[in-house]
Amino acid sequence: MGGHATVATPGGGKASSAPLLGRDAEPTLFELSHEGRRAWSFRTTDVPEVPVDELVPAVHRRDRPVDLAEVSERDLVAHFTRLSHRQFSVDLGAYPLGSCTMKYNPKVCDTVASLPGLAGVHPAAPASMTQGWLELLVQLEETLCEVTGMAAATLQPAAGAAGELTGLLLMRAWHDARGSQRHKVIIPDSAHGTNPASVTLGGYEVVTVPSDERGCVDMAALRSVLDEDVAGIMLTNPNTLGLFEEDIAEIAAAVHAVGGLLYYDGANLNAILGVVRPGDMGFDIVHMNLHKTFATPHGGGGPGAGPVAVSERLVPFLPGPRPVRLDDSVYGWAEPPQSIGRVHTWHGNSLVLVRALAYILVNGGDGLKRIAQVAVLNANWIRRRLHGVYDVPFDRPCMHEVVLSARTLKADHGVRALDVAKRLLEEGFHAPTVYFPLIVEEALMIEPTETESPQTLEALAVSLERVADEAAADDGPALVEYPFGTPVRRVDEARAARTLIPTFDART
Amino acid sequence: MGTYIPHTDDEIETMLAFLGLSSLDELFAVVPEAVRLQHALELADGVGEPDVLERMEVLADRNRARTDRMVCFAGGGAYDHEVPSVTRALAGRSEFVTSYTPYQPEVAQGVLQAIFEFQTMVARIAGLPVANASLYDGGSAAVEAVNLGVAASGRQTVWVSEGVHPHWRQMLATFAVGTGHRIRTIPLAYGVTAWPEPTGADEEVPGVVLVGYPNYLGCLEDLGAVRALCDRTGALMVVGADPLATGLLRSAGSWGADVMVGEGQMFGTALGFGGPYLGLFACSAAHTRRLPGRLVGETVDVEGRTAYVTTLRAREQDIRREKATSNVCTNQTLMAVTAAIQLGWLGTSGLVEVATRCARATHYTRRAVLAVDGVTPWADAPVLREFAVRLPVAAATVVERMADAGFLAGIPLEGAVDDGSHGLLIAATERRTAAQIDAFADALAKAVA
Repeated sequence: MGGHATVATPGGGKASSAPLLGRDAEPTLFELSHEGRRAWSFRTTDVPEVPVDELVPAVHRRDRPVDLAEVSERDLVAHFTRLSHRQFSVDLGAYPLGSCTMKYNPKVCDTVASLPGLAGVHPAAPASMTQGWLELLVQLEETLCEVTGMAAATLQPAAGAAGELTGLLLMRAWHDARGSQRHKVIIPDSAHGTNPASVTLGGYEVVTVPSDERGCVDMAALRSVLDEDVAGIMLTNPNTLGLFEEDIAEIAAAVHAVGGLLYYDGANLNAILGVVRPGDMGFDIVHMNLHKTFATPHGGGGPGAGPVAVSERLVPFLPGPRPVRLDDSVYGWAEPPQSIGRVHTWHGNSLVLVRALAYILVNGGDGLKRIAQVAVLNANWIRRRLHGVYDVPFDRPCMHEVVLSARTLKADHGVRALDVAKRLLEEGFHAPTVYFPLIVEEALMIEPTETESPQTLEALAVSLERVADEAAADDGPALVEYPFGTPVRRVDEARAARTLIPTFDART
Repeated sequence: MGTYIPHTDDEIETMLAFLGLSSLDELFAVVPEAVRLQHALELADGVGEPDVLERMEVLADRNRARTDRMVCFAGGGAYDHEVPSVTRALAGRSEFVTSYTPYQPEVAQGVLQAIFEFQTMVARIAGLPVANASLYDGGSAAVEAVNLGVAASGRQTVWVSEGVHPHWRQMLATFAVGTGHRIRTIPLAYGVTAWPEPTGADEEVPGVVLVGYPNYLGCLEDLGAVRALCDRTGALMVVGADPLATGLLRSAGSWGADVMVGEGQMFGTALGFGGPYLGLFACSAAHTRRLPGRLVGETVDVEGRTAYVTTLRAREQDIRREKATSNVCTNQTLMAVTAAIQLGWLGTSGLVEVATRCARATHYTRRAVLAVDGVTPWADAPVLREFAVRLPVAAATVVERMADAGFLAGIPLEGAVDDGSHGLLIAATERRTAAQIDAFADALAKAVA
């Protein structure tokens, strides 16, 4: 296996070296509470201490305080620090979670987002007093348009799904303005779950088209559902199998021929930065996940940011108000003439937006292309490296991620994708995405991203090989038993749903 | 110039050779030539991190309305509260900041337990049994609440008080185009909602009623009347509550609300030009299975130890797909963890203390402002932490003049309520000192003269 010698020194860093102490459960903050303790302290203001009953009419006044916890600052710090030690993160180790682009989040972006002149600005302050912010937003919009090949963008949507719904409402507004009543939106069977959910909220009916044996949209099936009742199609390209939809130009032509629009789900944009642009592929509406492609930290599940860029003909419908350049150095707000309206309480997740801009500026246009190249290189290296270890359902060059399958392991040894994922945790790596896309049996979706070194990739590959070997060898602890060394072991999810305990107060 | 790619050129060559390729471009052979970008992106080349920091500092400097240079009396759902060092330090821990959605609970107990504690705190503030793991912001929580209410009541007519944040109302209008909900705005009279009796056709009867507490003008609405209206019509009662005000005010649940939504920015999150903020969502037990977004539940691991996991997953978009009632996936977890830390810092007594201090500062400010010649109250209804006044000159003009005196004076009511051009919404938090407030009133006297 000469291929194994592709890295000079094996063994990238793994989270299994982190000193997680002991196996005790961490009590909740409520259990650490002791009546009369406090951490708070406030500014001395000399504001007169008017009695509360003069401030609040009796009918509105609560009888007793909201029962929160009562802890010292020291106990508060200890509790949340201990919780943080029970949490995997990108900063701790590789996170090859397919479809999520868990790349390293540069620290300089944190510094930028905490500048007092950005973090300390009220969103309702007038344009005359927020020129820096407006310039920044306009610059980000222009940059994102260049990256995607689109004409203009809204920065309001707070996440990818919010961007999707915004895009569908733009699609609807476009058709409405032309007096065209359409009811259907097409999505491939490999699409993210947010796509069909957004379609429904946009007031459309979902029409699903199958993938063909290449893992791409089945052109014949697509043509058979295209008619004048189709408002548009939502596509991820590369798709969720990590494969580039090679027929994209034909798809665009066919959809446009019936008067439909093309929506680009930007979840996988990292693969194509500087190589090919959604606008050049024929897309009319594009959302981006800045928390994926542009490295803004995902915060344990959010915040994200899901700007939506559009082609020229859709610009009048963008959400308002939009930050605009009024002349060379003066910025303001403008309401697009046929705006679909506001989609965020304020201007979007601004402190996420500024991180993305800082990231783009550091990398530059040249750096962005390099990101896509190395992301795709890493994924293909993993695909080749694990060939023969796991099934590769669509065995051809992939883009930024590769979908493997544990189908054979399951058939021969009863080991499922879930077991592989849990066993991998024990190795000190985060698990890949499992059971997605839905069209692949026992799917293991791996997205290494460009920020993992060849040594880390090799270490990941060695671990995945070991897992497969163990599954086949059937000695040692059964894979269903893993993990052992994590803060908790396999969790009873069925019980959580059956006996719902959503709060401390629901404990019996 | 800056890069976060570890690979050396040699390593890239070795990896390409392993794949039988000779250049990085060959990796993209599957991309048809016709659509491929034929030139470099028209973006500047990369620069060093210090260069970017410097540029950002220049831009930041152009924001005059920064709280370290301009004393903030603006509110409207975004408030200049104390964010203590301890909240910044804990919420900035990279394990919370750089983790993904907790799909693998065995290695995500930190975030999951923090969310569980957050859900408990929000539920207690709401006076309702269930709270979710967060939504994008107050407005998006209101949109989700309306969707839940329509699904639960089976009626698409939604009554929204004019006292609900104007941006929330704009969002409701935007998303109603897709869902087909009929949004009817119920006007204010003397600062509080003048609820009519539903008459006429069935489709005029509301399935959902949405009210602010306190409302956008800072006034305390009669939620007893809202509950009675909902009882008569069978509508779901949704309260957009100020969660910090519950330090003094009755909870939405105690007024009989079916759903509470709110903006949680005030619990440790920076003003940040409007985001990322924190959408709060709590509901009665009857609606748990319609709850939008993620929910964390307590369970045990195979050894019987307490563990946390996202639960009732069958509600969510990745499983229900087109039948899901919400498309939310990414939420605002980091802000939820931040709020849990901040609420832990405040604790039982601190929430009362901060609400009381805000109320005192607001009443002191109101008295000082109303003593200015020509300034009159916008409404007579009782207020808590924010209030509106009528000025003798246009409010936007006054805000510009006040900036020169070092104050962000408030938010003009233009566009928020009928005939609002001379209205100004003013908020004073626990950070405002008596000296600042006195100086504010003096400056206002000059600005309206």
